[in-house]
Amino acid sequence: MNLKLQKIIPQLITVLVVVLVFGFFTYNAQINMENRGIDFGYGFLSQESSFDVQFSLIEYDGSHSYFRAYLVGLLNTILVSVIGIIFATILGVIVGVARLSPNYLINQFAAFYVEFFRNIPLLLQIFFWYFAALRALPLPQDADAILGVFYLTIKGLYVPAFIWENLNVFLYSLIAAIIAIVVIRIHARKVQETQGKQLPVFWIAIGLIFILPLLSFLIGGVSLSFEIPKLKQLATTSFIYEGGVSLPPELIALTLSLALYTATFIAECVRAGIQGVGKGQKEAAASIGLNPNQVLKLVVMPQALRIIIPPTTNQYLNLTKNSSLAAAIAYPDLVLVFAGTALMQTGKAIEIVSITMLTYLSLSISISILMNWYNKKIAIKEK
Amino acid sequence: MFKYLKQLTSLVAMVAVLFTFTTETMAAKKSKTLKNTQKKGFVRCGVSQGLPGFSNADAAGNWTGIDVDVCRAVAAAVLGDANKVKFTPLSAKERFTALTSGEIDILSRNTTWTLSRDADIGLTFVGVNFYDGQGFMVRKSSGITSTSQFKDGISACTNIGTTTELNMRDFFNSKGISYEPVAFEKADEVVAAYDAGRCDTYTTDKSGLAAQRTKMSNPDEHIVLPETVSKEPLGPVVRQGDSVWEDIVRWSLNAMIEAEEYGITSANADSMKTSDNPAVKRLVGAEGELGAAFGLDNEWSLRIIKQVGNYGESYKRNIADTGILPDRGPNELWTKGGILYVPPAR
Repeated sequence: MNLKLQKIIPQLITVLVVVLVFGFFTYNAQINMENRGIDFGYGFLSQESSFDVQFSLIEYDGSHSYFRAYLVGLLNTILVSVIGIIFATILGVIVGVARLSPNYLINQFAAFYVEFFRNIPLLLQIFFWYFAALRALPLPQDADAILGVFYLTIKGLYVPAFIWENLNVFLYSLIAAIIAIVVIRIHARKVQETQGKQLPVFWIAIGLIFILPLLSFLIGGVSLSFEIPKLKQLATTSFIYEGGVSLPPELIALTLSLALYTATFIAECVRAGIQGVGKGQKEAAASIGLNPNQVLKLVVMPQALRIIIPPTTNQYLNLTKNSSLAAAIAYPDLVLVFAGTALMQTGKAIEIVSITMLTYLSLSISISILMNWYNKKIAIKEK
Repeated sequence: MFKYLKQLTSLVAMVAVLFTFTTETMAAKKSKTLKNTQKKGFVRCGVSQGLPGFSNADAAGNWTGIDVDVCRAVAAAVLGDANKVKFTPLSAKERFTALTSGEIDILSRNTTWTLSRDADIGLTFVGVNFYDGQGFMVRKSSGITSTSQFKDGISACTNIGTTTELNMRDFFNSKGISYEPVAFEKADEVVAAYDAGRCDTYTTDKSGLAAQRTKMSNPDEHIVLPETVSKEPLGPVVRQGDSVWEDIVRWSLNAMIEAEEYGITSANADSMKTSDNPAVKRLVGAEGELGAAFGLDNEWSLRIIKQVGNYGESYKRNIADTGILPDRGPNELWTKGGILYVPPAR
């Protein structure tokens, strides 16, 4: 009993201190806000925002509410984070593997890339890609078509828009293909475990993912056409492209700089992971007759991933949080739209900053949970 | 009898001392901001991050501009020295929080006076030191000479957190034009992006357009369109809840404007003490007890005029002579066809 009490008392004191400190700051803020006649409340979220946003994934204009503006910012943050994470991972893995290449030129180039990009502050890189690279791009009227349909200009990248007919049939065929692949994989594993035979799952999967959607075009009545961007004149020297989809240069510059920067750290995680697998493991795997592909897939990667995943999770979190630097180059992310314009128009600093902090916290925790789940899945399962 | 007399005189003296002490510091006691400012020895003033003519720092870190002069005037009135000001450069987004949180005591940063800002967020606007309106800048080569030539799909660069963002929406909506807003946090980045060709037009207060134009790589390639699409009365702001401080800032600005009206300049202020006009004499501290109401001495306004100058001098020095807006337009005295009209200092 006494021992139990001894254990509990320090914890109680800690909790008390935390509560008191938090309480003090809340009380202090309340008194000060009252003295200065500032109201506290979240009612403003349903008011009309009356400002427009450059780029939005959902329908939005100034007649919608501040809450809707918050969603616009949140989705834009998620968009740039997801694209950034995908590109950073692909590039990071390639560079990480390249650093271990026996080819001198390749590994030195990879090493140079890593050292160069990770040692320059990210904000500077964003400014470089936005302002320096932007100035070098042509005006819309001077732009040459890339592959006949893409236009990369100072006002953004214009790509053809997809115009689908019976899009749902196409999507169903895609889902069917994925389900079929999963079923075949499970079946193949069973066959291998019971009979020791290996089925060419990879080739079957490739075949399915192409053939089923192709069938939907041939007999499902699906058709796809493209709307190619066309030049439109606004004034004597002022042009834009109409039709198609336009990706703002802010999005491109931000994704590019985030991906290039974070990829250097991921590359180092990948290199550490591969080098962390003992040489003996590879030799042992080769000695039981596995070919080099199987050595990598069945022996090296499962062990390397355990070393790679936890630090890479950190990099994903960093990338998501770094995306808030968007405010510097006018990409309408959560910080620019909500903690920027909305904060200014309403003056609700405490409310908006607290919501923004909670949002980033939730985003980061979601990524953490997802990666921890994956990490657990690939961890050594002791039997 | 003699004994009592001695006691009585000391009592009277004590009461007198106590009385003068209380009258002198009543205002200072009522105003926490004034007391703190006098204790610190400098006025804490929030300004822009660099807007020529309004608040701009040179290479040596000396701030100039008509917004800067408002803070200098307050420093001259309260502390006796117009140079005792600590300037804090703020972005449009940070400015109100810096003021309400007590980081600065005056916000003099080309800030538009609107109902919601005045009533909602713990701020009080004390006056107008520049009457402005929102305009548009375009490249001369575009051939656009009026906003009526704007077409669907036009992209407009501007700052976030300003009334500009809201006016822009109202303007394009009323004309039924679809547009692409590109909003940056800092003015320098807006200018850089517009200058690079990212946007077809750059919109903000006309004074801001004129000032920023001087920063562009080739100012002559750009023109400000004639239309004004909004009212933007710009003026200094203080925290709500300190009415004495509010009065000091308001009347420091008013004193500058009234000094111009009566022809009192930094050069002739001292000689105006012998003027025949009682209004002039009041303003240079030769008559009346105007400073006492704020807890200041009687020469507060004289110091403002001598050290900072009247409004006209400030305008000429900062805005006209720098070539930003040589024509005073509405910012001329009411007696000369403008709309500058301040209540009498008496």
